[in-house]
Amino acid sequence: MTVALAISGLQKTYANGFRALQGIDLEVQQGDFFALLGPNGAGKSTVIRILCSLTAKTAGSVRIFGADIDRNFPLAKSFIGVAPQEFNASLFETPMQVVLNQAGYYGIRRAVAAARAEEDFARLGLWGKRNEQCRTLSGGMKRRLMIARALVHRPRILILDEPTAGLDVELRRLMWRFMTDINRSGTTLILTTHYLEEAESLCRSIAIIHHGELVVNTATRELLGRVDLETLVLELAAPLAALPPSRFQLRRVDATTLEVDVRRETLLNAVFAELEQSGIRVTGMRNKTSRLESLFMGLVQGSEDATRAAAAALSAAAGD
Amino acid sequence: MRVQLIALATIVRKEVTRFLRIWTQALVPAVITTTLYFVIFGNLIGRRIGEMGGFPYIDFIVPGLILMSVITASYANVSSSFFSAKFQDFIEEILVSPTTNLVIIVGYVTGGVARGLCVGVLVTLVSLLFTELRVHNFMVLASTVFLTAVLFSLAGMINAIYARTFDDIALAPTFILTPLTYLGGVFYSIRLLPDFWQGVSLANPILYMINAFRYGFLGVSDISLWSSYALIFGAIIFLAWFCLYLLNRGHGIRT
Repeated sequence: MTVALAISGLQKTYANGFRALQGIDLEVQQGDFFALLGPNGAGKSTVIRILCSLTAKTAGSVRIFGADIDRNFPLAKSFIGVAPQEFNASLFETPMQVVLNQAGYYGIRRAVAAARAEEDFARLGLWGKRNEQCRTLSGGMKRRLMIARALVHRPRILILDEPTAGLDVELRRLMWRFMTDINRSGTTLILTTHYLEEAESLCRSIAIIHHGELVVNTATRELLGRVDLETLVLELAAPLAALPPSRFQLRRVDATTLEVDVRRETLLNAVFAELEQSGIRVTGMRNKTSRLESLFMGLVQGSEDATRAAAAALSAAAGD
Repeated sequence: MRVQLIALATIVRKEVTRFLRIWTQALVPAVITTTLYFVIFGNLIGRRIGEMGGFPYIDFIVPGLILMSVITASYANVSSSFFSAKFQDFIEEILVSPTTNLVIIVGYVTGGVARGLCVGVLVTLVSLLFTELRVHNFMVLASTVFLTAVLFSLAGMINAIYARTFDDIALAPTFILTPLTYLGGVFYSIRLLPDFWQGVSLANPILYMINAFRYGFLGVSDISLWSSYALIFGAIIFLAWFCLYLLNRGHGIRT
């Protein structure tokens, strides 16, 4: 398997002394659909900005398909496309001008770029707006334009920074389909998102950054396998006055809704059998939170506890 | 190499399209202002002044006024365009691409030169309404206007790299460029000044450019032509190096 992105010992300390990255080691395989997650301020954007040369790293190395971003930056840059979260094109240009100019900066002839733009605009539902000034586009259109722009030089790695933030359900589904298609066509995708169910359902690998450190970097399936306890929400066929005695952790949310905590080894059949015995009939069931969300909170909390413990140990040692 | 040439053509096209799109702001004001100079200083006051350097006053001031408009236009084009790109973050479109910093500089400077020369041609055409222009040495005239536009485009780019607000873009033209231009011999020959002020005037780089340009039209200059070329070339080399140094360090554009 070819390594698409290899990050080693990546550190970033800003001029004000803030250490945004404390030594990240990360590999993304070619063709992967990779999620880079973390709370706000964790360092995800710093990593992305370093990858595309908008931020200078303090230490470490980055290779994109083997090309070092310091020593062979034109080649490394040609491999990567970035759709930022915030719109960063000229408001007075048209989507077509934005995409053609971007292609030009990558050395792509205008005729080739125009054909690609036509194809991508059609797929992203932007064709009708291609000659309108960008300032007239809606938020969702601007987001899609960022993706079309990032794709025009046909990068081997596409980085999407919060591509679905603030989009309505229909647009979000369009984006999901589009991302999946792009990935299936062979492009390695790196996605940052705050919608954890999005990462859970789309991505094959997940890395979580917290306080500038890599907390997790593994396959999504392996990560979800770590979920030990899930809370299921059960919709009841008839109102329930009081909870029946149960060996499971049942909670009554309202007359027709129950919650039950289920451990990984627990058979759901046993839960349903007991409810059946108590005359409770279930018409629907869903997870209260996404499995990834539960894990994410646990990992982030665990990382903070570890940081606090280390700080306490350091200050105790200093006190000695 | 081909990639960089296409990138350069893209930046130049984008820059030219930009100032042509806003032609009422980018081209017309310079023409109106200079027309007023021709009317007031050239015709109305100029008639009473008589001759300057052996030529009718309006003939004497035309080269300086043309070059003044070129200087202002080329400086303003690059400073405002590059700063807008920084301010609205779309400079990142270029920064993420394989385009080299040298190509970025050449592209923006070419845009500034194009606008400067457009304004210069328009002002020259307007001047024909007021006087008959004679050309003493076309090569000197063309090279001086071109090199001056390059020089002030580079200066505008450095201003934009350092600028953090739109006010910073206006500071240098208001407090440095305009005084130097007005005191650079547009309206008078420095031979009219006392010796001390003649010496002080020689420290003004714009004086050298205006005199070289005037030589191209009239064949007279307060300054030796070779001193003018040496200064212009020296300034271009220094500003280009400094501009490249700033971009390579990521000053004002990379965190």
